[in-house]
Order: sequence, then structure tokens, then C-alpha cells
Amino acid sequence: MRSIRRSRGHRRGWVAAGISAAMVVTALTACSGGGGTDGTEGTDGTEGGGTEGGGSGGCTNQIKVPDAEQVTVWAWYPAFEEVVDLFNSTHDEVQVCWSNAGQGNDEYTKFSTAIEANSGAPDVIMLETEVLPSFIIRDALVDLTAFGAADVAGSYSPGVWEDHSNGGGVYAIPVDGGPMGMLYRQDIFDEAGIAVPTTWDEFAVAAQQLRDSGSSAMLTDFPTNGRAYIQALFDQAGSTPYVFDGDNPTEVSIELNDDGTKEVLAYWFDLIDKGLVGTDDAFTTDYNTKLVDGSYAVYLAAAWGPGYLSGLAGADETAVWRAAPLPQWDATNPVQVNWGGSAFGVTSQAKNPEAAALVAKEIFGTEDAWKIGIEQGALFPLWLPILESDYFRDLEYPFFDGQKINQDVFMEASAGYEGFTFSPFQNFAYDKVTEQLFSAVQGEKSPEQAADDLQQQVVDYATSQGFTVN
Amino acid sequence: MSQSLTVDLPSVTRAGHRPKRHGSMDRSRQRFGWFFVAPFVIVFLTFLVAPLIYAFWMSLHLKTLAFGERFVGFDNYLQAFRDPQFLQGVGFVVKFSLVLIPLQMLVSLTVALVLDALTDRLAKFARLMIFVPYAVPVVIGAMMWGFLYSPRFGPMSEIFGVFGLDAPLMLSPGNVFASLLNVVTWQWAGYYMIIIYAALRGIDTSIYEAARMDGANSWQVALRIKVPMISSALVLILVFALIGTLQFFTEPQILRSVAAGSIDAAFTPNIYAYTLAFSYSQFNYASAISFALGVVVFAGSYAFLFLTRKKSGLS
Repeated sequence: MRSIRRSRGHRRGWVAAGISAAMVVTALTACSGGGGTDGTEGTDGTEGGGTEGGGSGGCTNQIKVPDAEQVTVWAWYPAFEEVVDLFNSTHDEVQVCWSNAGQGNDEYTKFSTAIEANSGAPDVIMLETEVLPSFIIRDALVDLTAFGAADVAGSYSPGVWEDHSNGGGVYAIPVDGGPMGMLYRQDIFDEAGIAVPTTWDEFAVAAQQLRDSGSSAMLTDFPTNGRAYIQALFDQAGSTPYVFDGDNPTEVSIELNDDGTKEVLAYWFDLIDKGLVGTDDAFTTDYNTKLVDGSYAVYLAAAWGPGYLSGLAGADETAVWRAAPLPQWDATNPVQVNWGGSAFGVTSQAKNPEAAALVAKEIFGTEDAWKIGIEQGALFPLWLPILESDYFRDLEYPFFDGQKINQDVFMEASAGYEGFTFSPFQNFAYDKVTEQLFSAVQGEKSPEQAADDLQQQVVDYATSQGFTVN
Repeated sequence: MSQSLTVDLPSVTRAGHRPKRHGSMDRSRQRFGWFFVAPFVIVFLTFLVAPLIYAFWMSLHLKTLAFGERFVGFDNYLQAFRDPQFLQGVGFVVKFSLVLIPLQMLVSLTVALVLDALTDRLAKFARLMIFVPYAVPVVIGAMMWGFLYSPRFGPMSEIFGVFGLDAPLMLSPGNVFASLLNVVTWQWAGYYMIIIYAALRGIDTSIYEAARMDGANSWQVALRIKVPMISSALVLILVFALIGTLQFFTEPQILRSVAAGSIDAAFTPNIYAYTLAFSYSQFNYASAISFALGVVVFAGSYAFLFLTRKKSGLS
């Protein structure tokens, strides 16, 4: 019986066992890979760390100065290894030991487990801005104020800096952002005789025009699992769903069913009901193919979107892509929004927080590093010296046949972005947004009802987690 | 396991010629017995018993985002059995097993009986082919079906196109039940077929001859002789299928990435526990959900074994 049960081990025994076993395993591998035993730390931390991780030690990159203090980093930026090499060859006293622990939720799952197990986290971790409050509230990140965060504050715009601060503390050093714009297929627009929409009203008209022209393409997609993308659309109409302040971590305000949200929902569900936009799930293979094969004429995207698009397979060879600013609700009073973006935080398990903070501050703190990030990683920099440089403004993108998309679209979108506060339970909130929008798309309830139900669910959850909900 | 060793060994020595030295011999053999069992016992305690105890201890505590950890006794369990998301997941897996298990049994039993009756090369080949899906890792199998179900990459639109129909969305909320049923049956029927087939091979063929002499035809041999004689194997695979289905996780978890709407975060109890622990960092409540599921699985399989105790030969 036992042997047979074991052969079907993928259907786990009790998951409870699985959870704990996974924690143990993570802790074990982290201990063996992380380098440096805690015991040597007190006497000679530098030596201990250096010799332990010098050879293979779990680093994806090559350590250039074996005797230096090592800082472990988790990150999933494209072309990041070159950035790490650049850092290591320009720093003698600190070396970065980088590994890719997965993208987004894959990494957060590991980090979350490491927090719970009190061991196994890296020293420095890449986090999307939207999950920062979720980790701040679990005391997983170090306040960098004591480690010279103020030295680099001037290199970022105040709005961006605010997004990475909470209460009186600074919990991450910004890296890249996701100001939003509209990427569209010039060839499809021309064929249907559509002018580039600048407002959402024009956008709705364009959707109808595209249909009337007999094209098989839809104007765009409204994915119910769009998470941060959907949130950004709500934000543009003035929705500020959360108020959360690290100084008062047991209080949170929730308003997910405000007028802005309902206005945006009414707009999109009107287009959906007329069959003018799709409702495919985002981030699936089907969706990726549809983005580039002409099924959609518009991809409402963040500044990292062009890099995402150009990496997709099955593209239409004759496609002509162009970038334009995001449509506005009120053209005289444009509102810029953000989708995604990430930062480096120092974890509370860091062996040497000072060295870790140095890495977080300096790894994307040079023009050379950013040229790698921009040209090979398609990142949108938040570091002002490069963001405001002529180089970045005048950069021509081959994917857009030489269009200077930063100058035309994204620099303005970035400059106008005023920040956004996320909740300390963002993953849960996003899951509920997805569920509610899906049931509205299925016709089980009206979009207004979905927003009201969403509000109720998230408030209930926050209350059950011990928050005082205002 | 160690107990069976200590029981068996004396009977071996008793059968030998020197009953007087039995005591010291036994002791030293016992020591060796422990030595051989030790690797298993250590791994068993470290990776199964200890985590289970720890998880149970966790399930008695509560740690919320806003406040620290505190002891709450069985509050988490009371909440779990009132939690509509958990109950909805339990309801789904119960419904799923009520449909899946008979279907799977029917398919695997039929195939095994047919293959048992045939003896040519084709039968050997067919046996292998029917078993092959089980050799495909579940994750790969689920991803493969994800593509086959895809309206864009899958064959559905072509197949339905022949009849001039629009292909259904295989993973829409209405169809996801049947689609999962298909994936699981495809994967496991071959495995159950092998178990039944092995049991059939173990039957003394002279019984068939006797039956034929008494005038039984092939149908009667199959239904009146073969099936009753392998009933213990049938009960065994039923229990496996029941436990496996109540803990349904891998296939829906993989297909979630292409059907986030139809398969939500509490689709099955195991997915719910996983999401709670690793996505919402509610480790304590996730442990309680897991144990609550454990209770359901235990009660379900025990009740089943009790009801079939005469036929199973397992009690």
C-alpha cells in the first residue's frame, strides 16, 4: 500500500505535511546555498561569507573578488547578469551573489515561506511596488533610512520615492516603473480609417469603427485577471481604493466601489456587451498570440510592454506598431497612471544590512548599468540621471520603426504620475477583483453589484485579519 | 514495520534446532533489525510525523496581518467548517468523485477484462498504450490538455468546424467539470487497468475451465467469476481513487493559469489551502484547512472501507 501511495506522490499526502516539509526543504537549501554560517558572523563575517560562497555557492554569476563580503540577491530582470557583473567588477569590498528565484508570485511564495521560517531569505530582493505594503506589514523589510537612503532620494522623483516609503521609513530603492501608454497597430488603424483616440469617448467610437469596417480584429481586450492593469484603469478615473500608513499598521481604509471604479466598469462592460472588446484571460499563451497576430488592434501597456511584445512568438510579420499616450477621461485634465514597476528591498534576514543597502542603492545607480537595463532588458528607468538624459529621450526603438517612444509617450506619463497606495493584502484583493469581474462578464451580476460585493469581501477579510477598517 | 520483524524472528528461531540460545540471538538480531529499519524511521519521523505535528500545532494558533500570533484552540476549525469557500471546495470534490470514480472503474475494468480475454500481440501493445498516460507526469499531462482545450491551438475548432459548429470553450465555468473529468480519467484509467489486470492474471485458470464445462459463456465467466474474484483489488483502487480525488490539486492548479475565472482560488480544498498559505500568508488557517480536509478524507475512506469490509479483504 505504501509503495503504491508513494508512486502517486504528486497528489500529496496531507497538504499540511507538504507545507511544513516545503518549509524545511527551503530552509535547508537556503542554508547550503546562501553561504556563510551564522557562527562565523561574529568573529569575521567577511571572511566567513567570502570563502563559503566563493566557488559555486548558489550564485548564478561569477564572483570577481572572492574575499569580499557577499550579498545575496533575488531578481528576475532580463539581462540582469550583465548588470551584476558590472557591479562586481566595480566594487572591491562588496560582491553580489545573484540568483533568479522566479518571477513575481513564484518569488513571493518563496520569500513568504522564508519569512515564516525565519531563514532562507536573500539579503536583497526584487519586489514589485504593489506588494511592498504586504511585506512591510510582516516586518520582512528593513527601513533603509538608517542606511543612507536619503543619499539617493534626490535621484528619484518625489512621487516615486513616496511609493517606496511608508510611514516614516523607506523600504525599497526604486528601479523601474510602468507609466502607461497605448500601443496600437498603425496598419489596422489605417485600413479601417481610424484616427488615434486621445480620449476614452474616442476610443469607444474607434472600437465601433473597427467593427463597422468589417475587420475581424477587436480593438482591445479587457482581461478579468488583469490585476494591476485593471487597478490602473480605475486609478485613472480617480479611484483611490486604499489608505494604509505604516505608522498605523492596524488601520486601513477600503473603497473599492467608488464612483471612479463604477464609471470605468460601466464604460468597459458597455463595450463588452456590444462585442467590441474581448474578455480573454491575460498572460496565457492564447492571449499572447492574439496580442501580436492582429486579433487586437490596441495593447494598453506599461512602458515595459514593448519589451514584452517583441519577445512573443507567432507575430504578424507585416505588423506596424506605434505608441501613443493613454486615452483620457478628460483631455484638458490628463491623469497618468502606472502598471507594475519594481524595486530592491533589504530583507530583515540580511546578514549585513549595510552592505545589502549599498547593493540596493548602487546596483542600478550608474549610466552603464542602465544602458544594459534599457537596451537589453527594455526597462523603464526611475533613476533621474538617465530618465532625464538626452540619450533616453532620443532613443529610437526598432520595434516601432525608430519611433522615439520615450519622448512621445512614456516620459510625460512618468512625470505626471502622482503615486498610488496599495493594500497590505494586495494578492487577496486582486484575486477577489478577478472573481467578481469574471462573474460580471459571465452575466451573473451587474458590474456595479460586482464592485459592491468586492468591497464587502475585502472589508470582511481585512476585519478578519485584525485591521480596523475606516 | 519493526513490530512485524520482532514477531517473525522468534518463529524463525523456534523452527531452528537450538531453542536454548534463542534469547541472546534474538536480542542481537533485533538490534540489527532496528539498524536496517532506522533509515526509514528517521526519514518517516523527520518528513512526515514531525511536520504533521508542527502543522497541527500551527492550526491551533492564529496570526493575522495586523496582530501577532496567539493560541486560539479549535477556532480555526470552527471557522473552516463554516467557511463557504472551503465547503464549496469540499462539495466540488465530493461531486467530482461521485462521477469520476464509477466512470474510471468502468473504463479500467472493461479494458482489463477485454485484455485478459485476448492473448495476441495486439493486446500486449494495447495494454502498453493504455498505460502510457500514467507515465506522463501529471503536470505535463495537464499542460498538454490545456493546449488541446485551447480554442486557438487545440483541435476543437477544426473538429467542430467539420460539422459547421462553433467549438465550445472547454474551460468555461459550465464545461470545466467535464474537461477535468476527461483529463483525470485519461491519466489514471490505465494505471487502475494494470492493477485489475494483474489481479485477473492471479486467478487460477482451472476455474474458468470448470465454469466452461458447466456451460458458462464468456460473459458469464467475466461477470460471475472474474469480477467477484478480483473484488478486493477493485475496493483497493476505489480507495485510492477516493483519496486522490478528495485531494484533487495538480490538474486544476495547472489549468488555473489558462482559466483563472473558471478555477478560482478555492476550487478544491487543497488549492484553497495552498493559496491561503503561499499567496495570502495565512499559514495557520491553511494548516487548519488541511487538517479539516484530512478529517473529511479519513472519514470518507473509513466509511467506505467499513461498508465494503466483507469484500475488501483489507480489514
